[in-house]
Amino acid sequence: MKKIRISILFLIVFLPLNAGAELRVFTCEPEWLALAEEIGQGRVKATSATHALQDPHYVEARPSLISRVRKADLVVCSGAQLEIGWLPMLLSKANNPGVLPGKDGFLEASSVVTRLGVPDTVDRAQGDMHPQGNPHIQMNPHNIALVARALGERMALLDPDNAAEYDRGTDEFLERWADAIAGWEKRAHSLAGKRVVCHHKSWLYLEDWLQLEEVATLEPVPGIPPTASHLSSLLNLLGADGSGADAIIRAPFQSAKASEWLESRAGIPAVVLPLTVGGSEAATDLFSLFEDILDRLLEVTGGTGS
Amino acid sequence: MKCRLTHMLVAGMFVFSSLAFAQDAPKGELDVLREEIRIMRAEYEARIADLEARLDAAEAAAAGSENREAASIQSPQTVSVARDSSFNPAIGVTFQGQAWSYDNDPEDYYIPGFPLGGEAGPAPEGLSLAETEITMSANVDDKFTAMLNVPIVIEDGEVAVELEEAWVETLSLPGGLAIRMGRFFADIGYLNDKHFHSWDFADQPLAYQVFLGNSYIDDGLQFRWLAPTDFYLEFSAEVLRGDRYPAGGAANSGIGSKTLSLKTGGDVGFSHSWQFGLSWLGADAEQRESGSEDDPLLFTGQTDLFIADFVWKWAPNGNSRQENFKFQAEYLWRNEDGAYTLPGDRENPWDYDQSGWYALAVYQPFPRWRFGARIDHLSGDTPDNSWIDTPLYPIGDDPVRYSVMVDWSNSEFSRFRFQYNHDKASIETDKQFGLQYVFSIGAHGAHSF
Repeated sequence: MKKIRISILFLIVFLPLNAGAELRVFTCEPEWLALAEEIGQGRVKATSATHALQDPHYVEARPSLISRVRKADLVVCSGAQLEIGWLPMLLSKANNPGVLPGKDGFLEASSVVTRLGVPDTVDRAQGDMHPQGNPHIQMNPHNIALVARALGERMALLDPDNAAEYDRGTDEFLERWADAIAGWEKRAHSLAGKRVVCHHKSWLYLEDWLQLEEVATLEPVPGIPPTASHLSSLLNLLGADGSGADAIIRAPFQSAKASEWLESRAGIPAVVLPLTVGGSEAATDLFSLFEDILDRLLEVTGGTGS
Repeated sequence: MKCRLTHMLVAGMFVFSSLAFAQDAPKGELDVLREEIRIMRAEYEARIADLEARLDAAEAAAAGSENREAASIQSPQTVSVARDSSFNPAIGVTFQGQAWSYDNDPEDYYIPGFPLGGEAGPAPEGLSLAETEITMSANVDDKFTAMLNVPIVIEDGEVAVELEEAWVETLSLPGGLAIRMGRFFADIGYLNDKHFHSWDFADQPLAYQVFLGNSYIDDGLQFRWLAPTDFYLEFSAEVLRGDRYPAGGAANSGIGSKTLSLKTGGDVGFSHSWQFGLSWLGADAEQRESGSEDDPLLFTGQTDLFIADFVWKWAPNGNSRQENFKFQAEYLWRNEDGAYTLPGDRENPWDYDQSGWYALAVYQPFPRWRFGARIDHLSGDTPDNSWIDTPLYPIGDDPVRYSVMVDWSNSEFSRFRFQYNHDKASIETDKQFGLQYVFSIGAHGAHSF
């Protein structure tokens, strides 16, 4: 009798949390949360493991994240080893068989796009390598479109009752997205061929999209913080007259010291670009994210911007 | 495609006809036929592989051009003929070495009243190799995953291979359940299941050395259940063989110890997160050794150990890479009820409580550098006079130890550490200076919170 009472108590305590028809989406990065909400509208309950001011490569496998993965129907992450330091731990601790890699409930966004920067040889002497290519795929809006299609299909698969809604959500988003891309590519015309120095190789896909030329990185090798000797060799390379490059780019969570030092010595303007939704005040959704990136790049390189 | 079909048809007919006549064919002819089949098979397999690779390349190129990146580097295509190595487990090796200097002889190290268990004790004086860990892990199939951790250690100058972890775990149980079986670190306390290479100090807190022999590892079954709550709440229960300290002798027909634990935790804003745990270990011991290796104490009886652990971590905006701070504390309390066999075969009944705690803080003010401090404390009942002059009788004040450390990491995979222990736990105060390195190559599993 006592046992029954205890189990009833358990049911009362835990069942209501499981109830509700929403599709629960756990994303590793804010851009996929924004995308899931664009497609799912009110039908998804999405949370992101990281926010825009956090480096998604260095996050702790916190208890709160474990309990969120436990209850997720779908896990969406950039992949390509970006989350290698914490996502495997979350998945192994969350005891949720539906969202393990290979299952319908796990979507690796970078697996549906063409990855850039796949190294020919993999050696940690070259820094923190990503053998499967550069993971920051969200910086090319064409990639966002490819992920949107895959994500919409997954959502429809996992929540078949609302499949038609997800299809419609995907189509509507892609239509607006294609218009937006056309506008951005027109605006960004003058950026083609501009030379940039990046803190970390976070902008490979942006460079590919806008045809920017990356002349150097502030990190001597990926994942190793900028050193004084590397910075002074960069100064030699770039010169002090501002002609070495058009901009120094960093993400909001990367330390300002190195790029500000180089800005003052080499006369190249430094700019902070949002790497994801929420990375700047203006970047409140996927559309304004790219809008803001273009605004900032055009401003710093002296483009007209309209 | 047509080409592939024709090849298969021809090969199929050939195999069929050769099988049909095989009975009548003389032995030499049979061998010739076999060889011919082998050559043909190798040929058409190579052609199929070539065709598939070309098809893959064509598909990838088509997909690439759709999003204006046809000219860029493609993801590596999988080779269609599977090689044996493609299912190799993730392999990693951790290299660890150290140098220690002591005032007192570390060979004679002991804490009056609190005999050390298992592998606990100071590292050798001078230069030495700490354990070299080899780890392998992979999914077994769709329902199981497996992990192996084999440290190579040097004991008294001899190279020895230990088995620290060898377990399989379920992947697909419903309802937030998981079962682990094999040899593993018991799921008690905060530090018990942390690997040597992920400790914040070069040695374990004294309470862990005394009550758990550094870490309690044993063979058995572990059941874990993660509650579907909005906050983190995990229960675990284990039944274990009971062959290692603080259990011993695989008592109770080989189910000598049991554990229960509860963990909870959460975030406070973006910058703070915490975890709290309570756990119990009940171990039966039969002729369990502790204290001096040459002349060990033997305990037979029941050990109950309770642990409360708390960890709080802070990183501005959750960016632990730039700056972070961690506070960690654990309280361990044990009762041992049974009898010790003292040197000279004298058996003496024992039923006393002992406890210990430690608290540590580690601060990383900027990338690469971390600074830490730790306090250790032990206390316990004073046993009756029959224990005077035995290692179980405490002398003087409660044992305490103060430690500081600084470490420098070039990357996530390399670390150097300096540590100083002001150790007042032994009879005479010991000033201990240590240097340590930790390097890892290959696959490196994600660390837990």
